[in-house]
Amino acid sequence: MVSQPLLSIEDLRVEFDRGEDTVYAVNGVSFSIAEGETLGIVGESGSGKSVTLMSAIGLIRENGRIRSGRALFQGTDLLKLSERQLEDIRGREIGVVFQDPMTSLNPVMRIGDQIMEAMLAHHFCSHREAFERTLQLLHEMGIPEPRARFRNYPHEFSGGMRQRIMMAIALACEPQLLIADEPTTALDVTVQMQILALLEEQRRKRNMAVAIITHDFGVATNFCDRIIVLYAGQIMEVADTGAFIRESAHPYTVGLKHSIIEIGHRAKPLKPIPGMAPTVTEMPRSCSFAPRCPLATERCRNELPQLREIGPGHWVACHRAEEVLADVI
Amino acid sequence: MSSEVLLEVHEVSKRFRVQGRDLHAVEKVSFQLQRGQTFGLVGESGSGKSTLGRLVLKLLEATEGRIVYQGKDITRFTQKQMRPLRQEMQIIFQDPMASMSPRMTIGMAIEDAMIIHRIGTKEERQKRVDELLERVGLPREVKWAYPHELSGGQLQRVGIARALSLRPKLVICDEPISALDVSIQVQVIQLLRELQQDYDLTYIFISHNLAVVEYLSDVVAVLYLGEVVEQAPAEELFSRPTHPYTQVLIQSILKMPRSLEERQVLTPIQGEIPSPFDPPKGCPFHPRCPMAVDRCRTTKPERRLIGPNHAVACHLAT
Repeated sequence: MVSQPLLSIEDLRVEFDRGEDTVYAVNGVSFSIAEGETLGIVGESGSGKSVTLMSAIGLIRENGRIRSGRALFQGTDLLKLSERQLEDIRGREIGVVFQDPMTSLNPVMRIGDQIMEAMLAHHFCSHREAFERTLQLLHEMGIPEPRARFRNYPHEFSGGMRQRIMMAIALACEPQLLIADEPTTALDVTVQMQILALLEEQRRKRNMAVAIITHDFGVATNFCDRIIVLYAGQIMEVADTGAFIRESAHPYTVGLKHSIIEIGHRAKPLKPIPGMAPTVTEMPRSCSFAPRCPLATERCRNELPQLREIGPGHWVACHRAEEVLADVI
Repeated sequence: MSSEVLLEVHEVSKRFRVQGRDLHAVEKVSFQLQRGQTFGLVGESGSGKSTLGRLVLKLLEATEGRIVYQGKDITRFTQKQMRPLRQEMQIIFQDPMASMSPRMTIGMAIEDAMIIHRIGTKEERQKRVDELLERVGLPREVKWAYPHELSGGQLQRVGIARALSLRPKLVICDEPISALDVSIQVQVIQLLRELQQDYDLTYIFISHNLAVVEYLSDVVAVLYLGEVVEQAPAEELFSRPTHPYTQVLIQSILKMPRSLEERQVLTPIQGEIPSPFDPPKGCPFHPRCPMAVDRCRTTKPERRLIGPNHAVACHLAT
């Protein structure tokens, strides 16, 4: 694997206005994605996992703003680009797949035209080539009878098939990075398996980098090279999947692992993490997880833990990471 | 726990007439549920699991079959006849927000069912609201809040408190944790378990999450295109899944591996669930089944016992 960063996010801070409050959604997040790498960004609702990547590519809700940071894509800071310049990159060099294809596909446009449009809008190829490529893409995405299906509208497809169409659009211009935001969350398990297998096959074939945003540890650990855990808009832990599986060093990661119910767990007692994730309305000055953490001490309640490297490429933001590694919880 | 049979469902079917065509939503489902037990229903979208839950509650009329609740055949009960039973049969939905008025406070929403069923005085009901909130782990102040002010997990606790307000015997849990975050899911599962023990509740637990169904259920039925393809005690079903569809479902779950070497190879099953308007001839699963033989394409397999209480509808099952 080449380890040149394709996308490098540096100290990103994103805020939202909510009534009179400011919600600090992303609080100084830095990470990079290498060429050809599959990165998993894991977290629960409100952790900032989607907001981080979406704001980096200029997709941010109206009540939100980027306070600071850089998002270098092949050396260009995406945060400094105009909307038009961003549109050139999005859909061309960076493809995006969302959780719910129904809200991102145009309901009154034939799906074939939508795939063609993705290429024509970016002047990727001629009209005739775009047509041929669309048929080819539909075929590659596993949609039977591409020529006939070209003329169908989104509602004439199942959820799984619509996700395949979204992938065809995202991959149409041969992007170097694919951002997949909870691509299988709304799907049944057998369909999830189909979509992930397809994503994996396409990733290999195109040697494309993939950033998959998910709340599912099963998806992240089986699919990704490296995993980032976000909580309250901050990175709690970053590790290669191997280290992530064997030696999680953040109490939140460990707590989430204990929260997973798998087949064969019938007799096991449950160990829930108490409480719930906060909405961050003040700039964090201490560990955001401390109120729910079984290991929290005075220090955790007073001093913000910085990300520190505890093993090669293994970063964790916890004052007591060594003890977590030594299995105290 | 008593061994009193609370609910019997005999060969219940539901067909919907849609634009002149028959949609086969539920086909000849049978099970028996004892008081204090949990019956798990698993299946993918369109398998008929939610329809089945609504048939039991008589929110929908069965096309065929019988539903017997506490010894009474309620299949053809009128709404008026059902009224006294409604208190005993409650439902918890996936999205509690959708079943609550945005203009009602949480306290009003919980009290509402008691008012409809003319239970207690205003004072008694208020006291009950406080008790219920405490029991489901919410602070008392929540009763002055409006639904939009609560998180998904808190709202689901409210949904549970509402269902409990009438002291039900049977609670249908229809995907109650599917919309919640992992750490909150576990909390709600734990709560549902405690409540079951404290109040001797009988659950029908509907979910697409097999692991959670295994965790909570005594008996599990796997639905495919409205039919039960396999039914067995939970431990038996998950340690010896026999129907090829059950096996596929279990293999499709991505478990967290214990090392990189144990990572799962992504092995998708072919095809999609066929249209319930036009279910395949023979075995409903044959077009996608890796083991299908000629007989599966022509002859519908009958459900048969292959072990104690372990029923499978597959020609090849042994």
